[in-house]
Amino acid sequence: MTDIVDVSGVSKVFDGGFHALKDVNLKIREGEVLALLGPNGAGKTTLISTICGLTNLTSGKITVGGHDNVTAFRAARRLIGLVPQEITLEPFEQVQNTVRFSRGMFGYPPNNAYIDEILTKLSLADKKTNQINTLSGGMRRRVLIAKALSHEPRILFLDEPTAGVDVELRKGMWDVIEELKASGVTIILTTHYLEEAEMIADRIAVINKGEILLVEEKDALMKRMGQKDLTIELQSPISAIPDGLAKYDLELGEGGNSLKYTYDTKSDRTGITQLLSALSGEGLVLKDLQTHQSSLEEIFVSLVREDAS
Amino acid sequence: MNWQAIRSIYVFEMARLWRTLIQSLVSPVVTTVLYFVVFGTAIGSRIEQVDGVGYGAFIVPGLIMLSVLTQSLSNASFGIYFPKFIGTFYEHLSAPIGPLEIVIGYVGAAATKSLLIGIIILITAFGFVDITIEHPLAMLAFLIMTCVTFALMGFIIGIIAKSFEQLQLVPLLVITPLVFLGGSFYSVSMLPPVWQTVTLFNPVLYLISGFRWSFFGVGDVPIVASLAAIAVFFLLCLSVVWWLFRTGYRIKS
Repeated sequence: MTDIVDVSGVSKVFDGGFHALKDVNLKIREGEVLALLGPNGAGKTTLISTICGLTNLTSGKITVGGHDNVTAFRAARRLIGLVPQEITLEPFEQVQNTVRFSRGMFGYPPNNAYIDEILTKLSLADKKTNQINTLSGGMRRRVLIAKALSHEPRILFLDEPTAGVDVELRKGMWDVIEELKASGVTIILTTHYLEEAEMIADRIAVINKGEILLVEEKDALMKRMGQKDLTIELQSPISAIPDGLAKYDLELGEGGNSLKYTYDTKSDRTGITQLLSALSGEGLVLKDLQTHQSSLEEIFVSLVREDAS
Repeated sequence: MNWQAIRSIYVFEMARLWRTLIQSLVSPVVTTVLYFVVFGTAIGSRIEQVDGVGYGAFIVPGLIMLSVLTQSLSNASFGIYFPKFIGTFYEHLSAPIGPLEIVIGYVGAAATKSLLIGIIILITAFGFVDITIEHPLAMLAFLIMTCVTFALMGFIIGIIAKSFEQLQLVPLLVITPLVFLGGSFYSVSMLPPVWQTVTLFNPVLYLISGFRWSFFGVGDVPIVASLAAIAVFFLLCLSVVWWLFRTGYRIKS
């Protein structure tokens, strides 16, 4: 697979001295879906902005489809569609006009049939003559996607496309991404949802404090990240973990009121059924059960700690 | 050059004009009619001819300039400030376009709007006073040059402004006084000698004078001086715009 975007040695220092990107190297493969993950302020949006031309580079080089995005910016940008994180749209303009505007900005002659097709795909066909300010938040986000797709880009950047979007719409968004991927579009998306990255990404890149910590195939990473905790609250406290439960990886909670069991969600057997029968075998009475999956934020923190040590 | 992008920006900006037709076209016309009624008819009837021209006709070029200058400034500054304010400017930065396309699109649309307003005011003026235009082509050229130059200046204000208040500041505090003191309603020769000299430092005087020359064949300053002034002003605005984009000042971090 060839690389369609090549970010090499890119640093960005803002005027105030903030070092937003530190020697970032990232190769994006043609046709893949790459999820760019990282906590708030990690540099995800800055990285996207430098690739798309919104922000100047301090040092380094970026090529898009082989074109340098500074010296040959016209050829480079023509390949890219960008859906920004913030919903920014001209409030008094009609949906179809704002999409037409975007197409023209990228140098393409008007093509109403194609724009109608995009609007239909994004379930906006019946809203095409509506003013933007009459649309709901979810619809506005889809208008942003329609704008980004208006010039038939080969690479699509989606900066948190599903932030603040309800479950149904999020699923719809995934379908759109799936379709685009099938048509050969390379997709880079940022997200805070592990589930989302898991659903649609081929590879995952993790960025923190302006540095790329890892770029890995999703399957390999999910295996590493897929740890889950089961917290078992007990009716009456115990002073030590009974011997009969020694073979399970259990941790006794404070005051002896709870037990924490850590397991791998990806393995065929999580061992939960056995554990529960072993618990009743030991005569322990359960009050409540809770499961907890480490959030991405927590995983990032642990990744950063590993990185620092 | 990305001509489609220029077309897109131009069409998009002009669409704003059609959406706000009443504010955009009707209000300057109403204001001008009021000026004609008050200055031209009520006061003007008591004023003798100025430079051999009836007072009502004499103020026409100045009135057109007043509207054209303020409209060019406000249309262009608002046009470029609004996408920056609401955040849609990201599209201009991520599209395969350079500064030239952005400037031509926005300045072209703003200049077209004020040119339309200027022409409408001129037509309105015909309904109030007798005017003959001695040099119609020069008149049109002057009008277009003024529209473009002040739209460029408005573009600069729109890029630099950090708030809507700042957007209003320059037209209100700088342009309106300059236009009023630039001989819109009087000939400079009517002023005391000291003020005549002071007025010569007002760039707007040269525009109004040149424009008036194209109507009546007379002006406060020689026509060559007027042409030089508008050319210098145009080049000055152009270099500021060039500098803004070259450094990315308030455009790109």
